[in-house]
Amino acid sequence: MEIKQTALAGTLESSDIQIMLSQGEKGIHFDLTSDVKKQFGEDIMATIQSVLQAYDIENVLVKVVDKGALTPVIKARAIAVAQRALDLKDEPNWEVL
Amino acid sequence: MAADERLRRTMMFVPGNNPGLIKDAGIFGVDSIMFDLEDAVNMNEKDAARYLVYEALQTFDYGDAELVVRINGLDTPFYENDIKAMVKAGIDVIRLPKTESADMIHELENLVEAAEKEFGREVGSTHLMAAIESAMGVVNAYQIASASKRMIGIALSAEDYTTDMKTHRYPDGQELLYARNVILHAARAAKIAAFDTVFTNLDDEEGFIRETKLIHQLGFDGKSIINPRQVAPVNRVFAPSRKEIQNAQNVMAAIEEAKQKGSGVIAMNGQMVDRPVVMRAERVMKLAKANNLIDAEGNDIEE
Repeated sequence: MEIKQTALAGTLESSDIQIMLSQGEKGIHFDLTSDVKKQFGEDIMATIQSVLQAYDIENVLVKVVDKGALTPVIKARAIAVAQRALDLKDEPNWEVL
Repeated sequence: MAADERLRRTMMFVPGNNPGLIKDAGIFGVDSIMFDLEDAVNMNEKDAARYLVYEALQTFDYGDAELVVRINGLDTPFYENDIKAMVKAGIDVIRLPKTESADMIHELENLVEAAEKEFGREVGSTHLMAAIESAMGVVNAYQIASASKRMIGIALSAEDYTTDMKTHRYPDGQELLYARNVILHAARAAKIAAFDTVFTNLDDEEGFIRETKLIHQLGFDGKSIINPRQVAPVNRVFAPSRKEIQNAQNVMAAIEEAKQKGSGVIAMNGQMVDRPVVMRAERVMKLAKANNLIDAEGNDIEE
């Protein structure tokens, strides 16, 4: 599925993560900023990727600024940004939750 | 009514879109944690807060705290999806803001039941509570409190209420006297819990304690709080005295003695102990345990 619009979710406050999705070509590409990138970068990207896959989002640029978010926070922000990018803000996909 | 005797001394508001506060909410020893999807969340972030609280409820361990969520009101476009998401998440209690009639509770109950069926939750497992925030809500308080067997409590929300009454909050709380008493009577008659409103001036600890003592004296179950700093003062006000504990221990011992004798009549100091005395003693013991004044067996802890 192609995203319909560039979308943003999350904040730059401590314990949060900000994720931006924009139109991309051929696959999911990450641009990750995090103080714990070395230790947890792969995990952060895997969590976001699994949400994107649940929404069938295949070609997208994912800009991520992590402020020490835990996995449920990463997942929640990924769901919010995917719903927004697909213009489904008011129609939650209950299967993904 | 979903009457139970759990302690509800403190119900802490936690903004629904703040990951830092949500992840730490379980460490302060509050009796109830209330995740707020309503006033604490910006209009443009309602969707994000809903997912955040949902995922937090799936993952974080909040111990024995009762988990409550304040959803957006039924006049908002967020109301139905809030209900669905929170029922799916398995929340203990949904709190409806700005409740004015029993019909609002009936409508909420129908949607909750539909969501329980849709998401495979046990029908009846999601409890409800109502916030009373207007003159109309106070006038209909008993109808609201007794509107559903899912109801576990009603709460006074004083900021909106005082605005509706064309006044504002004063330090002595005279303007809330009628609403507090009506809400308390409605809750007691319906056998559910009564929660007092928040005290927002964090710098006025003396005023906070004075107000907590007042609502404790009236008979409220507890107070809504906005900051972890308010937990200890409330628990201190609700802690039983040494004399109350000793008396409760004596009642418990008399019950035990009657049980061992196989006697149906409980006697203490030659007098019969009736049911209200037993109930009060049980509550004192529970409060004493919660304040670490006695151990799990009901014995004194040396200070």
